[in-house]
Amino acid sequence: MRRFLNSDIFYAFRTSPVAMASAFVTVLLVLAAVFAPLIALTNPFDPASLNLMNGFTPPMEPNAFTGETFLLGTDDQGRDVYSTILYGMRISLFVGVAAVMFAMILGIFLGLLSGYFGGWTETIIMRAADVQLTFPSILVAMLIFGIAKGVTPVEYRDQMAIWVLILAIGLSDWVQFARVVRGATLVEKSKDYVAAARMIGRSPLTIMLRHILPNVLSPVLVIATISLALAIIAEATLSFLGVGAPPTQPSLGTLIRIGQGYLFSGEWWILFFPACTLLALALAVNLLGDWLRDALNPRLR
Amino acid sequence: MFSFIAKRVGQSVLVLLITGLVAFSMFTFVGDPIDNMLGQERTMEDVERLRQQLGLDKPFVVQYVRFLEQAVQGNFGISYRQGRPVAEILLERAPATLELAAVSSIFAIVLGIGLGVFTAIRRDGVAAHVIMSASLIGVSLPTFLIGILLIYVFSVELGWFPSFGRGETVDIGGWSTGFLTVTGLKALVLPSITLGLYQMTLIMRLVRSEMLEVMRQDYIRFAKARGLSNRVINFRHALKNTMVPVITVIGLQLGSIIAFAIITETVFQWPGVGLLFINAIQFVDIPVMAAYLMLISVMFVAINLLVDILYAFIDPRLRGAA
Repeated sequence: MRRFLNSDIFYAFRTSPVAMASAFVTVLLVLAAVFAPLIALTNPFDPASLNLMNGFTPPMEPNAFTGETFLLGTDDQGRDVYSTILYGMRISLFVGVAAVMFAMILGIFLGLLSGYFGGWTETIIMRAADVQLTFPSILVAMLIFGIAKGVTPVEYRDQMAIWVLILAIGLSDWVQFARVVRGATLVEKSKDYVAAARMIGRSPLTIMLRHILPNVLSPVLVIATISLALAIIAEATLSFLGVGAPPTQPSLGTLIRIGQGYLFSGEWWILFFPACTLLALALAVNLLGDWLRDALNPRLR
Repeated sequence: MFSFIAKRVGQSVLVLLITGLVAFSMFTFVGDPIDNMLGQERTMEDVERLRQQLGLDKPFVVQYVRFLEQAVQGNFGISYRQGRPVAEILLERAPATLELAAVSSIFAIVLGIGLGVFTAIRRDGVAAHVIMSASLIGVSLPTFLIGILLIYVFSVELGWFPSFGRGETVDIGGWSTGFLTVTGLKALVLPSITLGLYQMTLIMRLVRSEMLEVMRQDYIRFAKARGLSNRVINFRHALKNTMVPVITVIGLQLGSIIAFAIITETVFQWPGVGLLFINAIQFVDIPVMAAYLMLISVMFVAINLLVDILYAFIDPRLRGAA
């Protein structure tokens, strides 16, 4: 049964050019981010490798002072834009994936609890979800970031920023997971295998995690993919607004923020290439999520 | 009906009390207000006196109730960064955000409905396909990139519109408006498009799918059989019936427009409430953050409540459900 399902989805995958293209772009970008230290020409965060004289070198043109040529040019501090993008994408993807994982684990857990136990557990969790859904998630993330920033001591703020960002985006995004898992749990709970497991004396925790969880995972996978695209954009937005990744650990959003300052003086490449990378990444993951939703949902086929 | 409204109002008040608690907790747990108000030179007596004066020695619940009393009267304390009452700063910044939100809402609604109807009527035309594909890309583009793109094309390259600020404003009874000067109007164009674009595509896609749905129904076929002109059928009969869900979405999106104004205001350095909030987060200016949180939650809760009640009036089936 499982093998059949997999091959079915694989068939749908093989016959959809959009899915193949977006999967290709996603895999390519993820590999580029993972192997950034190997394929980047310089480590942009190693001060020893930087030469301020190289600043503002346009793409594919030799620098006026040093004569060095850079594929995508350099930024204000002479950092190779190609290398900063690779390292920036690493941070963007790391924050995105970690935030979605966090939201997913929290959402699954709370969803299972409220679906399985019902009663006041369910009331409290789902009311909290309703309250949070009243506000756009980016606003919630900003607020959590602001509060967490206030709580961390000043000297640790830059180091903690990435983790605070993961926390903020993750906490702003758990509601969807919880709602879907709760709904699916309500359906599964009434089935015989759950009753059987209960009868042989399994603990509620074991039933939830070992028996119900595997059966509610497929919608979770779809939401996770779509959430990943949203989380990457949310991270970029927060960093762009200056309430995310600090300039010492720039994500794609931070790079765009830096680049925006040089748009007027004609140094377009500092902004353009990170923006294109972000766009390609977000679009590819988004299309992949859309396709996965259609492929896993038999009603739409 | 009455019990439905009472229940929904009760829920709304509960939401506001919870967000109020969050806002209040920020004061208590993030930094020490005494530290923020007294400088380095202070004695223990000063600290103790101020603690009593501010009521910080009272239990948490008492402090929370006092906070709510003050908040309801519009008193959110003094900004740590600017040293002025938060309410005063907010009032000063509000016109910029409200004017921006109003113009982009009008842009989103007019163009969204117009294009939605167009793409539904000419569903197989080339133009409709182009618009639909473009809207897909528009939805995936992050707002700030749209803003930067517009700045690059229309400010840097073409020089038609300013890239930041509100232009000249005219002060009318404390309300600074950009509607009355040429530079003010010009400054509104790019930020409004940036802010309204997402809502526009949303409204457009909704109107289109609702129109297509309605066009399949019998009364439209009957209207066609009666020999009514396409124009009358499209606008008098079909569009009217698509409006209920559209109005709901427009209502709910109004709140997001104000919230997403934060991003647009930062891109265009628009001196509104959103930019104030972002700066407050950067400098951990708790009173401003708390006041913005309260303000935006009152707005969101009010909009949600209003939409729900309107909906219950329109559709009686919903009254029992909530």
